[in-house]
Amino acid sequence: MSSQIPMVDYLRLGDDPRLVAHECEQCHARYFDHRIACAACEGESFRDVEVDPTGEVKAFTIVSLAAPGIPVPFVAALIDCDGTSVQANLVDVEADPEHVTLGMKVALTTYSLGTDDQGVEAIGFGFAPVP
Amino acid sequence: MADDVWILGIHMTKFGKHPTLDTIDLAAEATRGALSDGGVTMKDMGLIASGNLLAGGHVGQTLQKAIGQTGIPVINVANACATGATALKVCVMALRSGEADMALAVGVEKLAGAGLLSGGSRADDGGSWTPEGRYGAVTAVDGRIGTATMPGVFAQIGMEYGHRYGGTSFELFAQISEKNHAHSTLNPLAAYSKRFTLDEIMNDVMIAYPNTRPMCSANCDGAAAAVLVTGAKLKTLSLEQQRRAVKVAASVLTTDPWEEGCQVLPNVNTLTKAAASQAYEAAGIGPDDLDLVELHDCFATAELVHYDNLGLCEEGGAPDLFRSGATWRDGRIPVNVSGGLESKGHPISATGIANVWEIATHLRGEAGPRQIDGARVGLAHVIGLGSACGVHVLERSAA
Ligand SMILES: [Zn+2]
Repeated sequence: MSSQIPMVDYLRLGDDPRLVAHECEQCHARYFDHRIACAACEGESFRDVEVDPTGEVKAFTIVSLAAPGIPVPFVAALIDCDGTSVQANLVDVEADPEHVTLGMKVALTTYSLGTDDQGVEAIGFGFAPVP
Repeated sequence: MADDVWILGIHMTKFGKHPTLDTIDLAAEATRGALSDGGVTMKDMGLIASGNLLAGGHVGQTLQKAIGQTGIPVINVANACATGATALKVCVMALRSGEADMALAVGVEKLAGAGLLSGGSRADDGGSWTPEGRYGAVTAVDGRIGTATMPGVFAQIGMEYGHRYGGTSFELFAQISEKNHAHSTLNPLAAYSKRFTLDEIMNDVMIAYPNTRPMCSANCDGAAAAVLVTGAKLKTLSLEQQRRAVKVAASVLTTDPWEEGCQVLPNVNTLTKAAASQAYEAAGIGPDDLDLVELHDCFATAELVHYDNLGLCEEGGAPDLFRSGATWRDGRIPVNVSGGLESKGHPISATGIANVWEIATHLRGEAGPRQIDGARVGLAHVIGLGSACGVHVLERSAA
């Protein structure tokens, strides 16, 4: 059986992949990184919550110049997932301003980043337009 | 009540490529220029605040060894693109607290030829996928989970404004760049002083849509320095020094308070709005009282949002403000008559003092062909991602 590992630990793999945020139990601020305390209210208790896998593009850029190994052009976007802001690449879309628009509806999707020496496949995520 | 603080002397080097000058040479030139402009020497200084990001941690002491070791305290500061403004703020705090009656702020950077400034990424080292860091990432995420490069981040900041309020377009952002490059033709200290047509800007190399290359700040070398003095000390100096002194009516430094999404895309709005309102209150003025503004146009997309953040227009009114022509040098509220970071250049730590130099030079009536006639009050703004915002309001001497 081949095993998989998510690109980042806030991506939960499975039949229905989801982004999982750490939500402050006191003020409901959401974070994607490890937390010791809440930057909004200084609370110290967090629970994991699923982020809505669909959203709306509220900002984007089309990047033509990037670090080595990153295919260009690509679309980087800020996505409003039912009130939670998510940064991601847009995938399965032409990287030009005719095909990417502010306000477009998108949904979470995953793709393979390749397999390492131990046969473990890394899985990345992006958001794709929904018809 | 704390004493007033004034700029006694101020200087910026030419911005651009200085292959034969190192960081200390540039800092020394700016500092000697500021001391000479103020009619004082290093022996008069009670404190140095020295800003630099790329040349190690103690440029202030190395600068002393180049031009004057007097044993005074040196504070080396680093605060991203707000580093120069932070050095000024440190001096203002020292003077207001009574720790010193004269202080030197200097900012310097060697950046010519630097490539794309990235938000950081980690190299893949092969072998096996291993989660690392605060997000448990098995690979470099920059470019795979959005972009942390500066052109891309600020592109999204402009696009987000457009999504929220409407009225923006690629062409509008390019027109802002057209304005600043046009302004730069009057500034002999700018790294680039070439006028571009709108077509040339829109058809240049795309860096991060909608920012093409001329819409991005120019990496270059440069330094700027200022001598600050208390109002009480200034009264003991010559009438000529008093006449040319420029009042620091407000010196404000802020960071970004928590807001939804601020750790996903850096928020440059909250802290700029806060800095502006604190500065207007401290100076006892409003945005309508400003005769000119130098704001942090690290990218054309950034200039637009800061029209709004600095209160130069009503909320959501930045595209209309620009289209009215108000921010051109012959408009109601000229913005970036120096050419801005897109043409004057952006040697990071020097920027937050160089924009104060630009304002001070107009207030003194010494700006030559690009003088904004009768300028009495001006505002200088910088922002560094991370984030830090510096706003200084300056007033012409009544003497
Ligand atoms: Zn909280």
